[in-house]
Amino acid sequence: MNWIRNSSFVSITTVLAFITVVWYGAAVYLNSDVLIDKYERQNIEWNFSKLVDDSWAMSRPIIPAPHQIVLDMNKSIFGHKVNSKRSLVYHSWVTISSTMVGFAMGGVLGILLAVGIVHVSTLNKSVLPWIIASQTIPILAIAPMIIVVLGAIGVTGLLPKAIISAYLCFFPIAIGMVKGLRSPDPMHLDLMKTYNATQVQAFWKLRWPASTPFLFASFKVSIAISLVGAIVGELPAGARAGLGARLLTGSYYGQTVQIWSALILASIIAGTLVFLMAVLESKVQKRMGAQL
Amino acid sequence: MKDGALVVEAHKIDLVFQTADGPVHALSEIDLEIKKGDFISLIGPSGCGKTTLMRVIADLEKPNGGEIKVNGMTPEEARLQRAYGYVFQAPVLYPWRTVEGNLKLPLEIMGIDKTEQVRRSKEVLEMVDLSGFEKKFPWQLSGGMQQRVSIARALTFYPDLLLMDEPFGALDEIVRDQLNEHFHRLWEQTHKTVVFVTHSIPEAAYLSTKIVVMSPRPGKIIDIIESPLPEKRTLDMRDTQEFLELSQKIRKGLRAGHSYD
Repeated sequence: MNWIRNSSFVSITTVLAFITVVWYGAAVYLNSDVLIDKYERQNIEWNFSKLVDDSWAMSRPIIPAPHQIVLDMNKSIFGHKVNSKRSLVYHSWVTISSTMVGFAMGGVLGILLAVGIVHVSTLNKSVLPWIIASQTIPILAIAPMIIVVLGAIGVTGLLPKAIISAYLCFFPIAIGMVKGLRSPDPMHLDLMKTYNATQVQAFWKLRWPASTPFLFASFKVSIAISLVGAIVGELPAGARAGLGARLLTGSYYGQTVQIWSALILASIIAGTLVFLMAVLESKVQKRMGAQL
Repeated sequence: MKDGALVVEAHKIDLVFQTADGPVHALSEIDLEIKKGDFISLIGPSGCGKTTLMRVIADLEKPNGGEIKVNGMTPEEARLQRAYGYVFQAPVLYPWRTVEGNLKLPLEIMGIDKTEQVRRSKEVLEMVDLSGFEKKFPWQLSGGMQQRVSIARALTFYPDLLLMDEPFGALDEIVRDQLNEHFHRLWEQTHKTVVFVTHSIPEAAYLSTKIVVMSPRPGKIIDIIESPLPEKRTLDMRDTQEFLELSQKIRKGLRAGHSYD
């Protein structure tokens, strides 16, 4: 019976089952007001079991039942051609591609900033406070500005969304890498000095490899944030495509099931991205001789 | 450079650290001459400046006063010419490199070609009796083996001078004895000039040709003892009258410089 205790599958399933039960209960509770109101206006006979049945089958519920979401996801993922505008696969791909581009841009920016901050003391004093300040601006407020400004100079499509992703995700990378690049202890740095190593050599042979655990910790946070950035960027972009667009059109037309499908899919994508990053991390660490 | 040539000449070295609690006088009026082929131990209680003195020789600290020459140059010039190999208190191996990778590190930095890197890392690994461990990562080795790798790493680029800061300080006595014997043989073969920081009297007596006794606050040299022991030594020699007398002399020196208050 040990495998039951050790398996993360079992614990995840248990939590999922618990959430599902609570969710079904919540669906009845939250949807009942609207239903009862309708029954009374239309003089429909009702009892508790009818209320339960109806609250799990509304077309525009306050909160849809889990199986409604699953059915809707099934329909919108497998029910259309992947390049159709009604396909969630199409919208997911739009979001994932700007997530990845944004993550790459944010990653490069974050690492470069960290390298500068660690090596140049003026940058350490002048740039770090600005980096922190940049994150105090609510992204929802600045995202439309970025879209509008870039649109005015003719930059549209994927890039503005990617820039919003990058704006969010460079931050954990920069902060993590500053810490990581400073992580070698003084003896390791002294050793480099006794070899008369240049700063560049000390960087590639010591600081950079020493910072990889920090790099991956930041990457895991950033890639999820990058997805959030891409979705937020899709909201003011005219809501043409992407999971953000699905959220927005869903809320225009009161399509709560569609909103929830997009939300659940977004979190599945985020989870997958973080998981893939963790796989990459363990591969890299293994190559670097980590004791796994 | 001939035997007997001066590798280190220090004259009236002074060094004061500015700390949050005020200035600390780490070295005061240090005069020291180290000849080629010498095995010098710096011994003294914690805080007597023995490590600091060695770091001054290595150009990892700058003295506030006095004059010091390493191979007839300033310590900085000597460091830039990679005149010495430094062995730290801890092995300081890079955990993401294999034993071989760690041994190649100084050679990569010095731009030595790849086949020569492999040849030299094999050669030095043999010197410390660790052949066959090339592909192991540091965590797969015991503390004593790691320290041997770090000694091997200091030998890869053939420095004439070895600076060793309590290299065996963190090891248990049995391993320490083994490494002492081993390292003595290595020194016998290579006749490198060694500066060795320790606070173990038997270790200093067993390994050195000259023992420099230091005392703290401010760190200064209170005695320099020439070892009467023959060049070739064994661990058994530590029970001889000569060895015990030498140890006693060192202990007396230490006591004279330290009031134990």
